[in-house]
Amino acid sequence: MRRVYLDNNATTRMREEVLDAMLPYMKDIYGNASSIHQFGRPARKAIDEARAHVADLLGAASPEEVIFTSGGTESDNFAIRGVVQALKAKGSHIITTAIEHHAVLNICRSLEKEGCKVTYLGVDKYGTVNIEDLKKAITDKTILITIMYANNEVGTIEPIGEIGKIAKERGVCFHTDAVQAVGKLPFAVKDMNIDLLSMSAHKIYGPKGVGAIYIKKGTKITPQLLGGHHEMGKRAGTENVAGIVGLGCAAQLAKRDLPEESKIKELRDYLYKGVTSGIEEIHLNGHPEKRLPNTLNMSFTYLEGESIILNLDMEGIAASTGSACTSGTLEPSHVLTAMGVDPVKTQGSIRFSLGRDNTKEDMDYVIGVLPPIIKRLRAMSPLYEKGK
Amino acid sequence: MEGQYSDKVMEHFRNPHNVGEIPDADGIGNVGNPVCGDIMRLYIKVDKNEIITDAKFKTFGCGAAIATSSMVTDLVRGKTVAEALKVSNSAVAEALGGLPKIKMHCSVLAEEALRSAIKDYMDKKKKA
Repeated sequence: MRRVYLDNNATTRMREEVLDAMLPYMKDIYGNASSIHQFGRPARKAIDEARAHVADLLGAASPEEVIFTSGGTESDNFAIRGVVQALKAKGSHIITTAIEHHAVLNICRSLEKEGCKVTYLGVDKYGTVNIEDLKKAITDKTILITIMYANNEVGTIEPIGEIGKIAKERGVCFHTDAVQAVGKLPFAVKDMNIDLLSMSAHKIYGPKGVGAIYIKKGTKITPQLLGGHHEMGKRAGTENVAGIVGLGCAAQLAKRDLPEESKIKELRDYLYKGVTSGIEEIHLNGHPEKRLPNTLNMSFTYLEGESIILNLDMEGIAASTGSACTSGTLEPSHVLTAMGVDPVKTQGSIRFSLGRDNTKEDMDYVIGVLPPIIKRLRAMSPLYEKGK
Repeated sequence: MEGQYSDKVMEHFRNPHNVGEIPDADGIGNVGNPVCGDIMRLYIKVDKNEIITDAKFKTFGCGAAIATSSMVTDLVRGKTVAEALKVSNSAVAEALGGLPKIKMHCSVLAEEALRSAIKDYMDKKKKA
């Protein structure tokens, strides 16, 4: 049976080159990178090289602005809590959006319990935040704006350039969760007034369990993981050398392969065209143009997402859904709900997120397999009246 | 996806039993709502001896919702209305070889759909 992986926003397959780069650091080069002897020094060198690769991918002014973490979630925790603690004297108001990843949302909710005030900006039907709403929300007690670069569920790209400008003008620290955008969109942090950025290795064909936070020089932030003096005193813990090397290698490849994103976009658009020509009443979720090149989120009206995903899985195809039944909390997608998508369409949303290994044959396979699935499930649905 | 579905659940999901409508049904049960993500409609045909001779369903819902709907139609066919009222959500879940904890609410919905269909039958009978 043909296997087609279309869940790259959830995670990606590690590249062969990344694995090859990591192996020596799990076998013979095992010294602690902080040790000054010959067992540790090669590990230290590898980390420095990886740091430079990541800085290069992000467009940072200097490698020292890159701190390694255990992943996107830790980077988000570090950025948000770290700034709130450092700027306590100035204020405790945070501005974010209603469509952030659960990491950012739950951190903010937890900070609310600790006395912070949080404004959750709404979004329009495409998932785009309104710049005027942002401007109005800023007060003299606002210490942080945290807005994602691109949304993981629908792919909508936020106006980060404009947000950065406003943040700079008003003197507010700006963090962006760019976990989904890094490696898919070309940008340089130093040109965008971004003070803090979160990224993750396993979204760019690197290993799981490692990521990075970009901290612009001069940014006031309180370390969250305390202990030794690792990562320039900003993040304690013996370095995950192999993971960091993997991230560095993945970053190098991501920068090199960025132009390939246009090919992925073509495949994604081809998939959308093929699926919609064979099936009626499909609703596209997300901005029609300002969207990640690999992401395709569609609602199949009258149907529930998990039943579609299970059927796709039986045919070897991997995708994901925003239905309530699949979210560990039995709540439907907060992103689609914030965009005003009606409950029935939200339950029937399917996300296809393409990756570098997908081919036209993969798309043709999905285009052929999907219509009978949808037809069969619609015949079973009490909401689908034939000919309505 | 939360939890692994049993083979029996997958069987009922892949090839659900008794999908459809009964145009001259003696009782129709409608439960659930789109916000929840589960809607079940159950049709029953009852003869003069109060035996359920046919049961069909339509469901908007996940794998467990479809499987429990399918199973409940199997469980009530041939039973009397009184016997059918005794079919509980745990009986449905058990017949399916068990459900993940987070999916047990689907079996509860199937039981409610059955009760709703039977109530509809009894209301119609009273009016006749």
